[in-house]
Amino acid sequence: MTATEAARERRTGVGDVLLDVRDLRTHFEVMDGTVKAVDGVSFSLRQGGRLALVGESGCGKSVTALSIMRLIEVPPGKFAGGEILFEGRNLLKLNDREIRKVRGGEIAMIFQEPMTSLNPVMTVGDQISEAVLLHQPVNRKGAQEVALQSLVDVGVPDPKRRLKQYPFELSGGMRQRIMIAMALSCNPKLIIADEPTTALDVTIQRQILELIKNVQERTGTALLLITHDLGVVAETVDEVAVMYAGRVVETGTVEEVLLSPRHPYTRGLLESIPSQGKKGQRLSAIKGVVPNPFRMPKGCKFEPRCPYAWQAGADEEPPLFDLGPDRMSRCWLYDPRYADHLAEYEGRAPKKSAEVAS
Amino acid sequence: MTDGAAAAGPAAPTAPAAGPRPGSADERNGEALVEVRDLKTYYPIKAGILRRTVGQVRAVDGVDFEVRRGEVFGLVGESGCGKTTLGRTIVRLEKATSGQVLLDGGDVLSFDGRDLKKMRRRMQVIFQDPVGSLNPRMPISDIIGEGLLAQADKQNGWGERKVRDKRVSDYLEVVGLRRDYTRRYPHEFSGGQRQRIGIARALALSPEFIFADEPVSALDVSIQSQILNLLIDLREQFDLTFLFVAHNLSVVQYISDRVGVMYLGKLVEMADVAELYAHPRHPYTIALLSAIPDPDPRVKSRRLVLTGDVPSPANPPSGCRFHTRCWLRRQLNNPENCETEDPPFRELASGHRVACHWAESVVDAAVADVVPTADIEVPTELPTPQDVGAPVVTEIETPSVTDVVEPAEEAAGTAGEARPEEPQGPTQGRV
Ligand SMILES: Nc1ncnc2c1ncn2[C@@H]1O[C@H](COP(=O)(O)OP(=O)(O)OP(=O)(O)O)[C@@H](O)[C@H]1O
Ligand SMILES: Nc1ncnc2c1ncn2[C@@H]1O[C@H](COP(=O)(O)OP(=O)(O)O)[C@@H](O)[C@H]1O
Ligand code: SF4
Ligand SMILES: [Mg+2]
Ligand SMILES: [Mg+2]
Repeated sequence: MTATEAARERRTGVGDVLLDVRDLRTHFEVMDGTVKAVDGVSFSLRQGGRLALVGESGCGKSVTALSIMRLIEVPPGKFAGGEILFEGRNLLKLNDREIRKVRGGEIAMIFQEPMTSLNPVMTVGDQISEAVLLHQPVNRKGAQEVALQSLVDVGVPDPKRRLKQYPFELSGGMRQRIMIAMALSCNPKLIIADEPTTALDVTIQRQILELIKNVQERTGTALLLITHDLGVVAETVDEVAVMYAGRVVETGTVEEVLLSPRHPYTRGLLESIPSQGKKGQRLSAIKGVVPNPFRMPKGCKFEPRCPYAWQAGADEEPPLFDLGPDRMSRCWLYDPRYADHLAEYEGRAPKKSAEVAS
Repeated sequence: MTDGAAAAGPAAPTAPAAGPRPGSADERNGEALVEVRDLKTYYPIKAGILRRTVGQVRAVDGVDFEVRRGEVFGLVGESGCGKTTLGRTIVRLEKATSGQVLLDGGDVLSFDGRDLKKMRRRMQVIFQDPVGSLNPRMPISDIIGEGLLAQADKQNGWGERKVRDKRVSDYLEVVGLRRDYTRRYPHEFSGGQRQRIGIARALALSPEFIFADEPVSALDVSIQSQILNLLIDLREQFDLTFLFVAHNLSVVQYISDRVGVMYLGKLVEMADVAELYAHPRHPYTIALLSAIPDPDPRVKSRRLVLTGDVPSPANPPSGCRFHTRCWLRRQLNNPENCETEDPPFRELASGHRVACHWAESVVDAAVADVVPTADIEVPTELPTPQDVGAPVVTEIETPSVTDVVEPAEEAAGTAGEARPEEPQGPTQGRV
């Protein structure tokens, strides 16, 4: 076992795979054609593990999360391929009754804008108890006790009073705490948090991040965190899957991906972040914009923006190359035929790479 | 920007052959261009069917600072603290309640007629929301041309459609867009492109001062860096002065020369950017800096977690407005003046102003512990925490492990297990 493997084992506990997403494809039929919102997403998460899905707006993070929860409306949505194995069961094959038991029970989700997922005309207490009643063998009184306890668990001050309040009476940070409390109330095996702090101010974001880390560690629940902020990734999880244009393009541990990215897109993202070290210099931006979903490039979807691109397999999309345990990259650089290009990629100091702007 | 597109625009002033042009902006760089004196902007709170005023939101509540010619002055603070209102009041898009704004010594708030029109040309705004700030029913030529038309006179000839359209195309090129985009509508553009259009609209009037209100906040990081690069280029090319608002502290650090931190309608700290990020002194600034998530997984800082929410600006706390969330006050055992006296915005060191009664009790070694950006040589002999008032990480109110609802069996075993401190990743580090 290599050092990295050992580290991963320790970090992620027992090592049994909890969630295994394999080449997921979720498409939408719309007027102008098919939007292949998710078109090749693969990653796996172990019991008690913490993984982030990271990528820019529109790359398919939320659609991936909603697919796992089976919250995609079909039609216009369609599961066009792949599987989502949760403890070995393919969630895409479950019937409505079965998936309802999983959703909110074994897998809970926290959304970016808690207002959209909280019922505005129900008190906080009633909402949590309702969820508990649905998934746990308790009576109404027991459910209320669980609700109170879960507010205590997430550090909501004055929890008894909060139970009687309506969502609109609460601040953004407080609503997010309530969402987390609700997610925890059924002891899920997996929590999916879709941009849980993006709408919050930095000091409130800090409170919520600490809370998420804290409850994750206390309960041993696995965490799938969706974010576009590499800072949040570095602090909150152990493993990352980077997404671009509906695909996972790189996976690995946080240290592997953020310190030595194996995909030019990941490297580009990291170099785009303004920081003290870059003061006075131009930032190295990734040129251009994400491809139009109706006019996807044929081969690698990042090719038009890639500073390392050459004429590799021009029309063929690179597969996810296996670079070690849970370490993958969807880039032709890792095809043994192109070893010299890889050498150039590795030799190019980040500061000088991707020097082209717009 | 692409291959010297900007230089191609005839509107772009050509760089002087040698040295600053006589009397040009370059020569006067560093002098105050915009001075703000005890500025207040209150919004009335109306209630009842008679819409009677029942109170006031003190959005900006006594702000003093200056923006120097040629600099980027960065303004940070959490949402609702008054950044937008401050900027809009300075450029007269919002009515000041009291105080003064001087542009090159001229009293902006009392301008009218020709003076006002001239000021409107000299001071421009770039808005945060690249979608909402462009009228969806107007083609780009009109969106950018509108301001030109309003400023048209005999000399510039902007009243003529042809002159105007040419200028619009020139400035589209300056911001890295195609000249022939003039007939298109906003919905045909991406977020980053729309922000470029907003920048072209401001630049087309050849302003000296630009209030940029969160110009990159709505953009993805790869697009954000393109726009930041553009702003940096344009600043050089057109001798611009910026009031740059953002809530992202890394962006502000990257682009600003000096930085002001706002909390509940007031500036609480202001200094040169390097000084502020390395030697912050206001407890709020320290908490903000400590809160930024760092993308380097090797950085393992302790984090200062502020409790509670920002109070309402309609009813700000007495004395020091920050006292309800202040970790320093708690650490100093709640000195009375924090609650009773509004701390003056005083000069702590040259050019470094702070509004805290107890700023002297914060020292670098203590800051370094919780702020990853602080680049500080830690003295060999560390003062004791009592001497320095070292920030204590204030825990969020979370219950102890025993309070937790029973976790699942197998998970319980892993939860307590220590995580390895050392990153066991690849050995290359940053290439
Ligand atoms: N119901 C739908 N019908 C058609 N297209 C959709 C639908 N839902 C999502 N899409 C498209 O799928 C793509 C991925 O969307 P998704 O919401 O997953 O992005 P994201 O990565 O979560 O982005 P963000 O960071 O902005 O939240 C986008 O192009 C989006 O427009
Ligand atoms: N037009 C307005 N009418 C009433 N209150 C306003 C108006 N604009 C802003 N405010 C209030 O003034 C305060 C400062 O707002 P703003 O300047 O937008 O802050 P920031 O830009 O820092 O987020 C907030 O409490 C906000 O709700
Ligand atoms: S004056 Fe008191 S309450 Fe205000 S920041 Fe300083 S120590 Fe904190
Ligand atoms: Mg999303
Ligand atoms: Mg604002």
